[in-house]
Amino acid sequence: MRKKTKISAVPKQKKLNCSTCFRNKKTKQFSELKRAKRFSAFFILPSFLGVLVFFAAPFAVIIYYSFIDNPINKEFVGINNFIGLFENSAFKQAATNTLTISLISVPLAVIVPLLLAIVLEHEIPMKSKIRTFLLCPMMVPVASVVLIWQVVFHHEGVLSNIVTLLGGQPVDWLKSEFSIYVVVLLFLWKNIGYNMIIFMAAIGNIPKYPIEAAQVDGAGSSRIFFSIKLRYLSPSILFVVILSLINSFKIFREVYLLTGNYPYNTLYTLQHYMNNMFRKLDYQKLSAASIVMFIVMVAIVGILFIVENKFGKDVEQ
Amino acid sequence: MKKILLSVRKKAAIAVTFILVFAFSLLFLFPTVFTITNSFMSESEISANYGAVFATGDAGGKTYISEKVNLKLIPDMVTFQQYYTVLFKSPDYLLKFWNAVILVVPIVVFQVIVACLASYGFARYRGKGREFLFFAYIVLMFMPYQVTLVPNYLVSDFLGILETRWAVILPGIFSPFAVFLLTKSMRRIPESIIEAARLDGAGEWQICTKICIPSCRSSLFSVVILIFIDYWNMVEQFLVLLTDREKMPLSVFLSEINTGEISLAFCVAVIYMIPTLLLFLYGEEYLVEGISSSGGLKD
Repeated sequence: MRKKTKISAVPKQKKLNCSTCFRNKKTKQFSELKRAKRFSAFFILPSFLGVLVFFAAPFAVIIYYSFIDNPINKEFVGINNFIGLFENSAFKQAATNTLTISLISVPLAVIVPLLLAIVLEHEIPMKSKIRTFLLCPMMVPVASVVLIWQVVFHHEGVLSNIVTLLGGQPVDWLKSEFSIYVVVLLFLWKNIGYNMIIFMAAIGNIPKYPIEAAQVDGAGSSRIFFSIKLRYLSPSILFVVILSLINSFKIFREVYLLTGNYPYNTLYTLQHYMNNMFRKLDYQKLSAASIVMFIVMVAIVGILFIVENKFGKDVEQ
Repeated sequence: MKKILLSVRKKAAIAVTFILVFAFSLLFLFPTVFTITNSFMSESEISANYGAVFATGDAGGKTYISEKVNLKLIPDMVTFQQYYTVLFKSPDYLLKFWNAVILVVPIVVFQVIVACLASYGFARYRGKGREFLFFAYIVLMFMPYQVTLVPNYLVSDFLGILETRWAVILPGIFSPFAVFLLTKSMRRIPESIIEAARLDGAGEWQICTKICIPSCRSSLFSVVILIFIDYWNMVEQFLVLLTDREKMPLSVFLSEINTGEISLAFCVAVIYMIPTLLLFLYGEEYLVEGISSSGGLKD
């Protein structure tokens, strides 16, 4: 549907540029194209300059920094900084923890909202109220609810009380092996609403005719879901996976506000590591870490795009 | 007969799913509701209920009535004492709140202005170079904060704005998220409308400000809401770019509230969530629309 309304300037110009046009019309079209190009550049310029100054240019500097021994001596050391980074136990710990948190939380952040969106697609009373409730955590600042989380997950807290009632031992949830699951829970609490809205919109956009055709052919509802709906949903799933991945890196906020600079071992994330490097002003390690993360992110997103392209190929308009 | 049975079963299924989903969604509300109701508790009630949690470390010889933690929804006695103290007696909290405002408002306003212009530019003409640049914006949008933090730090250091508010505000203004979302909605404006305006003699600037920006008004609102929440939640920046305690916003300061003032903490927490909750109450539809349209990458 959207495709129809979206008529871009370029193909139209090209069509008019055909050889049968009169010469003066052709030059007029050409100048119009040039004008569009110039104005477009003019409007993009402020944003472009900002991105250049604050992100692109310093990133180039970072690449340079990652290959020298320090910003004063400026001696080229090859990939020594990267080797040093991967041999650093704090970095390894931080990277493993961050990856573990992401690996647990991202799949859940896709599946749970998808299920909710499917349920809410059916006729259920108070649909919009439920949607509002699920979206609410997103709007509440992390800092504001940290107190309640502390009350719940403390050694003497609510959760421990419940466990004791059931005959177990009280646990300091944020300072134990469970801490990762607590953090995943907080992550889901905050992100489920957003992801669900994306899925609800995507489900609403699935065309009706393939489903009706499949029903006529006698396909069951699970078959329809996996063979038709899921394929139409694949671009949204891709987006939600990437978004949840980035958001899972933001879990540092909750961890920091709950446990400060020195959390339990399993909650020591990459952001903690970088904060420490900033305190030591270790530019080489910081640069190397930043670049490693950049490469890993680009690789993951690239792979996801390729997988999505294969899976959703048949249904793309 | 069979038909009736079927409809009864269907109704039962709906009822069961409704109860399950509704109970599940209530769980999402509970921390917020508890924070709000607990902000009306008196100091003694809070220390009686939560003393055991927040008394860790240097309790200063204080004895707490209860060792058990007791999460209470409704206060025994509703009091506005805490609000009175925060609003009129300890200016520190309001100062930190104001710190958040003067950081977040410029970021939101200028990011939206810069993004409006850029997205008009991206929608006005689509060549190979523009498409590549737009793709670069998407890549940048997908970078975790940990990747962009080091570049931000270096630039701030180079420009000499480290430890000033500009170190937080300037990189925020040029964040690519708003450009991404607004470009998508600007590209949906039918070409014919712009063509008509051009024939009527409107210049580029007029087309941009009088036609394109007003017609993606709802995307604009949703962008404002989404950026606002994101920056209202800032934490990382104040550990690296702006570590001065005087300039810290309430979000970071709240976690450092010491045990003696724990009775005020709930109240301060509520005050801090008021702006975002108001945005949510008045702009939920825009928020939902913005989230929905952020979902597709390919159009």
